[in-house]
Amino acid sequence: MSQSPAPVPFVDGLRAAADLRLPGSGHAWLDAARRENLDAFIAAGLPDTRAEAWKYTALRALSQRRFAWGDHTATSRAIDPKILTLPGVDGPRLVFVNGVFRADLSRLDTLPAGLTLQPLSQVLEQDPEPLRFALSRHYREASDAFARLNAALAGDGVVLRVAAGARIGKPVHLCFVGASADGDLAWHARNVIELGEGAELDLVEHHLSNAPQKHLATLVSDIVLQDRAKLQHMVLQHASEDSTLIRHGSLHMGAKSHAALHVLELGGGLVRHDVHAELRGDEARLDTRGVFVLRGRQHVDTQLAIRHQALNTASESIWRGVADERARGVFRGAIVVAQGADGSDASLSNKNLLLSSQAEIDTKPELEIYADEVKAAHGATVGQLDERALFYLRSRGLPHAEARALLTTAFCRAVFASLPNETLREHFSSALLAHLP
Amino acid sequence: MLKIENLHARVEGKDILKGLSLTVNPGEMHAIMGPNGAGKSTLGNVLSGREGYEVTAGSVTFEGRDLLALEPEERAAAGVFLAFQYPVEIPGVNNTYFLRAALNAQRKKRGEAELDSMQFLKLVREKLKIMQISDELLHRAVNEGFSGGEKKRNEIFQMAVLEPKLAILDETDSGLDIDALKQVAQGVNALRSPDRAFLVITHYQRLLDYIEPDFVHVLSDGRIVESGDKTLALKLEEHGYAWVAERDPALASEARA
Repeated sequence: MSQSPAPVPFVDGLRAAADLRLPGSGHAWLDAARRENLDAFIAAGLPDTRAEAWKYTALRALSQRRFAWGDHTATSRAIDPKILTLPGVDGPRLVFVNGVFRADLSRLDTLPAGLTLQPLSQVLEQDPEPLRFALSRHYREASDAFARLNAALAGDGVVLRVAAGARIGKPVHLCFVGASADGDLAWHARNVIELGEGAELDLVEHHLSNAPQKHLATLVSDIVLQDRAKLQHMVLQHASEDSTLIRHGSLHMGAKSHAALHVLELGGGLVRHDVHAELRGDEARLDTRGVFVLRGRQHVDTQLAIRHQALNTASESIWRGVADERARGVFRGAIVVAQGADGSDASLSNKNLLLSSQAEIDTKPELEIYADEVKAAHGATVGQLDERALFYLRSRGLPHAEARALLTTAFCRAVFASLPNETLREHFSSALLAHLP
Repeated sequence: MLKIENLHARVEGKDILKGLSLTVNPGEMHAIMGPNGAGKSTLGNVLSGREGYEVTAGSVTFEGRDLLALEPEERAAAGVFLAFQYPVEIPGVNNTYFLRAALNAQRKKRGEAELDSMQFLKLVREKLKIMQISDELLHRAVNEGFSGGEKKRNEIFQMAVLEPKLAILDETDSGLDIDALKQVAQGVNALRSPDRAFLVITHYQRLLDYIEPDFVHVLSDGRIVESGDKTLALKLEEHGYAWVAERDPALASEARA
C-alpha cells in the first residue's frame, strides 16, 4: 500500500497551472512536452536533501509557499531603465520583467550582421518548429525538478544565434528583472543560444530585482558552441534577498571551441546555479571563474559538472566563496574525463573564506578520470582571513572593516583577473566591495 | 611624547614584560637592545596594539592619551608606526593602493583632507628618492615575492609616506646584508626631525653604526636594566649581554638559579 504524501502547497498550487495559456500553446508537440514535464514534476515534487545533488540545500521552506504562476501585468510594470545599464556593456539588449519580454526596455533596433536575437515568446508564436529539439527535452533525473518545471511553464526567454564566422563586436546584454508584483510570484525563462562555426560572442547575463514579494525564478539555458566558436559569458547576479533563483545551464562544445564563464553571485535569498558542460569536440577549452559573496541568511549553491569527452580538451575552473554573518555557501565541482578523452587537462581550484563563526561553506571537488595521459589537479579549502595580514593593514591606519574588505576583495581577485572587459571587471570589483557588510 | 610606566605584559599566559619604564621625547632616537627572549618584540607589539598581548599592569601614554585604550588603526592615526620584524605578504592587494588607502584613512581620522591620486603620486615620488626603491615594487602586491631587503625597505618607505610622530623599528636590521642595512639606515636618518622620535629595537649593535642613537637601553628579562648613551652599545658589542647580567646582582642570581 502506498502512503499518500502530505500535501505540499507549492505542488498543489501547480495543478491549476496546467490550464495556463502560454506562448506557443496549440502546437501539439509543445503542449505534450509541457504537460509531460509538469506531470513529472507534480509526481516527484521537489527534491529533498537525500538527493545527492541537493544534500546541502533544503527546499522545505520553499515547498510550503504558494506562488502566482506568471505575472499578467508584467508588460506594464514601471522599471527605471537606469537600473539596467552596466558599464562597459553597450550592445544589443534584451530585457525580461518577471519573465516577460519588454520591447520598450530592450535595444534590438540595430543588430550587427550575423546576430539573431529574439524573445522566445515571439519565436513560439511565429514558428516554434526550429526549437522543437531543444524544447521537447525530458529531464529524467528527479533532481532536475526545476528544469522540468521550467520546461512546463516557460513561455519566454532568449533565442540567440550567431551565424558561422560572425564576430559580434559589442557584448549582448540579457537582463532578467524581478519587479514588484501583486503577491508572491513564480516566473521562468528559457534560453536557447547557438554560436555557429568560428562565431564569436560576448554575452552578459544580468539578474536584478527590487521586489519586496517572494519571487521564484527559474532559468534554463542551452548553449551550443559549434567548432571553433568563442564565447565570453559573464554573469552578474544581484537579485534581492527575497528571491529564489534557480539557474540551469548546459553547454555543448565543439572542436577547438572556447568558452569562458565569469560569474559574480551577490544577491538572492536562495540561489542554485548548475553548469553542465560537455567538451565534445577535440581541443575544446572551457574556463570557468566564479565567486559568491554572501551575508545575512543568504544561501547560494553552485554545482559545476564538466565532462571531457574528446581528445586534448582542457578545462580550468577557479571559484571562490565568501560567507559572512549566517550565510551558507555550497560548491560542488565534478569533473569527468571520459574514456577516450586522452591528453586532456583539467584543473579545479575552490577556495572559501568564512568571515563569521556562524557562516558555513561546504565544498566538494570530484574528479573522475577514465582516459590516458591526463593532467588533472583539484583542490578545495575553507579558511578565515589571515589575522596577521589584518593587523598589518590596521597598523598602517586602515579601519577594521576596510582592512577586512580589502583582504576579501583580494581573495576574490583571481576570479576576475582574466575578464577581458576592463570596465566591466572594475564594475564587478566595486559591486563586490559594496556588497561586503 | 611617549611615557611607559611599569609595564607588565604577558603572552599566552607567560609574563614577558615585567615592569618596563621608558620616556621618549620628540626628536630623540632610542635604541632598545637585549638578548633573545628579553621582551624586545613584545614591547613593539604591545605598543602597536597586536592582539594576544595582555597588559597586566602599568601604563603607556602617547602625547597625553592612553595608548593602550586605542585600536591599532587609531594608534596609527595618532602617529605611531611599527616597522615589522616580519612584514606580511598580502597577495592581491596592490602596494600603492594600500598605502594611499592607509594614508587617507589616517588623514580622515585626523580631520585632514584626503589626497587624490595625483597628490599621492607626487608624495610617493618624493619619498621614493629617499628610499632608493624601484617603483616596480609599488606596482606589486604588498610584500609579495619581495626579498628580505626589499620588505624592510618597503617598511621604511611606508614610514616615509605616513610620516609618523613615533616610529618603532622592530629588528629592522635582522636578515639584512650590509648594503641593505645602509639603505635602511639612510632612510631612517633622512626622516629624523626635531618632532619625530624613534624607538629602534635591535639585537645587534651594527645598525647603530649607521643610525646614531641618543640613548641606548638594555632590556633583559622584561625590564630595562641599563641605560646610557651610544657608548653603551659598543660595550655590549665588546662584552656581550652576559656583561649586563654580571653587573646586575638580581639578574645574575636568577641566571645562576
